[in-house]
Amino acid sequence: MTLRWDVLAAILGMVAATFLCRAGGYAILRVTRPPPFVQAMLQHLPGAIFVAFLAPALAQGGWPAWVAGGSALLVQARFGRMALSILTGVGVLWAIQALQ
Amino acid sequence: MTPATFTRAGFRRGALTALGLTLGLAPFGLVVGMAADAKGLSLLETLLMSALVFAGTSQLVALQLWSDPAPILAATLACLVINLRLAPMGAALAPALDRLSGLRLWGTLAVLVDNSFALMVAEIRAGRRDAAFLLGASLAMWAVWMVTTLLGHAFGAAVRLPPDHPVFFASVAALMSILVPLWRGWSDVFPWCVAGLLALCAQGLGLGAPWPVLAGALGGAATGAALDRHRNRGRA
Repeated sequence: MTLRWDVLAAILGMVAATFLCRAGGYAILRVTRPPPFVQAMLQHLPGAIFVAFLAPALAQGGWPAWVAGGSALLVQARFGRMALSILTGVGVLWAIQALQ
Repeated sequence: MTPATFTRAGFRRGALTALGLTLGLAPFGLVVGMAADAKGLSLLETLLMSALVFAGTSQLVALQLWSDPAPILAATLACLVINLRLAPMGAALAPALDRLSGLRLWGTLAVLVDNSFALMVAEIRAGRRDAAFLLGASLAMWAVWMVTTLLGHAFGAAVRLPPDHPVFFASVAALMSILVPLWRGWSDVFPWCVAGLLALCAQGLGLGAPWPVLAGALGGAATGAALDRHRNRGRA
């Protein structure tokens, strides 16, 4: 169980940077009233963030990733159980890779 | 619409709602634990990093850059750049956070992660603004994160899964399932397509994290806001 000073310093630097990101956006919003366009953007931001996350990840995985991701989406839309949806996505990808 | 609150019941409901999603986080935690072990970090150092940073992608990237002595500046910068996407998330949660102050406000923000953010947005849209829901969801994720990084560090060397193993698809599948509660109707289609295409373009140009995500998120959100304005003008 060692804890080296340089490692601790790097971890604390990572913590400070990450907290700045987590709290900074809201802190700015709290002191300034953003223009209406920015407020409307914040309404649309959640979906856009996750789509922007997913598109490159699926593109990298090729068609098996699209099929597996699509199945996860359909299961979530139909049954509303996230655990089931995740297991379906992994299972479908596993099956495709096993059959290839 | 109920006013913003911070209740014990909300905390419990957030934690329970997040439980299913932790399946998407678990393989990722294992990978971070394995990477830390491979770079020579002790179990204590690994757990300290996971406990305090609690942001998987940035931890993984920092660990890829790791050297001896530890790269203080590079690891800090990696976190700053990769976690920049969390800044607009905090801003988008304003309806639930505006009545809070002090430790409740900054402590809830300090453990904000992508998945708990998405669950809280769905709560706000359903008219519930209990910020303790967000804290509960984040801390449920945090608990699983700690357990899985510990397991990854302890047993990772024995398991050795290839990086393209289907298990690692769990984090992508979790984000796919998150899209469902975030969907508000057909007016979302065009902004979402713009977000995806911009992210693909940025990636095609060879830009690394976080630029594809930020370009897609901001471009898609701006498209949605522009469409809203256009629609409101048509009505006026």
